[in-house]
Amino acid sequence: MTKVADIALKVRSKNAGPFWVTIDVFCGSTQAYDQLRNALKTDAIAALYHQPTQLLKRFDIPDLNVIKFSFPRPVTQGHRTDRDMHGAQWSTLLAELAI
Amino acid sequence: MPTRVLIPSGVLCLGFDRAALARGVAAKPDLIAIDGGSTDSGPFSLGAGQSKYARSVTKSEWRELMLARAEAGVPLVIGTAGTCGADACVDWMFDITQEIATELSQSLRVARLYSGQPAARITDALAAGRIRPLTPAPEISAETLAQMTNIVALAGAEQIQAALNTGADIVIAGRTTDTAIIAALPLMRGDHAGAAWHGAKVAECGALCSTNPTSGVILVDFDSEGFTVEPLATGATCTPHSVSAHMLYENSDPFILYEPGGHLDVTQTKYTALDATRTRATGSKWVPGQYTVKLEGARAAGFQTTLIAVLRDAHYVANAQAWADKLHGFLTALIAKRMGLDAASYALDFRLIGVNAALGAMENRSGDPVEVGVLLIITAETQALASEIGKLANPHMLHYPLTENEELPTFAFPYSPAQSDRGALYEFALNHVLELDDPMSAFRLLVSEVNP
Repeated sequence: MTKVADIALKVRSKNAGPFWVTIDVFCGSTQAYDQLRNALKTDAIAALYHQPTQLLKRFDIPDLNVIKFSFPRPVTQGHRTDRDMHGAQWSTLLAELAI
Repeated sequence: MPTRVLIPSGVLCLGFDRAALARGVAAKPDLIAIDGGSTDSGPFSLGAGQSKYARSVTKSEWRELMLARAEAGVPLVIGTAGTCGADACVDWMFDITQEIATELSQSLRVARLYSGQPAARITDALAAGRIRPLTPAPEISAETLAQMTNIVALAGAEQIQAALNTGADIVIAGRTTDTAIIAALPLMRGDHAGAAWHGAKVAECGALCSTNPTSGVILVDFDSEGFTVEPLATGATCTPHSVSAHMLYENSDPFILYEPGGHLDVTQTKYTALDATRTRATGSKWVPGQYTVKLEGARAAGFQTTLIAVLRDAHYVANAQAWADKLHGFLTALIAKRMGLDAASYALDFRLIGVNAALGAMENRSGDPVEVGVLLIITAETQALASEIGKLANPHMLHYPLTENEELPTFAFPYSPAQSDRGALYEFALNHVLELDDPMSAFRLLVSEVNP
């Protein structure tokens, strides 16, 4: 089974301020970008992060061969129930997603 | 007028390449600017009004920058001093600056820009309809605002310009936007506004916009049409790709950046490689808007005590979640019985390290770990109460059995005492903007002559 990480150069995530998290998929080539742009369905990404689709912002950026997803953090950074202060491990779910 | 800004690194205390800094000083910059923090590390710094970095490291790096400033003969600006930019952190940084100035026999004019907001000012603005929520915003009221230990407003270019206009050698600014300390001077000198903000955004993380992210030092030239960015470490290069990709970093929207008084739009920006190391960008657009400043606030949300037990017994490893759930129920009943505490007045959070500690309910993988670390985080109204609950939980974290008819198990405690008191827990409580008619009306400038 092919995972996103098998095709993309790198997948990273990070807070964009305390209330948002953003995930960047660096595809590395036009070919990988075209493949991932079609394979990554917005609904599936929202479901992966237990988010309503309408809260997910998606940017397909051909100049950079990057696909970017941003959504409000379900738990504010540093809240008692937050598990990842920087949101940096969230990328693993997308990297491991089977396509 | 073309403006050259030297950025030693993305944040003070992250280190920088000394030879590259010397090259930057030799290139005759008009300003040296460095960021002192952000919300990256979480709400503690703002909540407590403390820097997250060691004073010793802060002092040694700041000393090098103060020497670079003296050699260059231009102002040195730090934004978001002491990680969070609270007033106490500005004074902490001023104290360090005075110490170094005396050690180096430097005579300086130092401007302090305070970004701290009295709760009453924000409460009045809320009542006057001058506070707007961003998405998503916590609910706020006079009561929640009064509970915040620190509220800061993010200064923009105008407030930094006011500080520079005092003729200061050094500006120690409280909370500012990351970009304002870099954009202020080119904007003041009439360079292209879109380029000023965009160049500042590209350079605010230091060499992160280059192919050698840890090398630190970046030089940006601003002019009437665009900006040129150059990394100064040997071997580092800024390519159109590395520069344009930096707009992705920690930004929810890679094309738009909101600042006090408007926003930057880089949708039409053209990036060109000037040579092997430098990249030029033109076509960035500044769109003026209403003058608002973003607010950040933190409030205390209880006190914490933690315990860690490590399960290595294969049966317990396989049933770690069931064990933690059962123990949770047992402890809740015991706390009610022994301490008379209702479950709503405190919280027990179990994190299973080796199972789903990082992702919680989002975790979609399961494995067969060798061992599982069980982290119990206790949150209560006072430290004494959290600590007391920790002591109550201690023998059960060590010995709690899955079934009644088994010999009492004993798990691995990594240290003695098993519990650690963590002190206050803070949480971010504001994601709003404040409308201002006069940019300086929510900020305060204090100018001092050090060793006159």
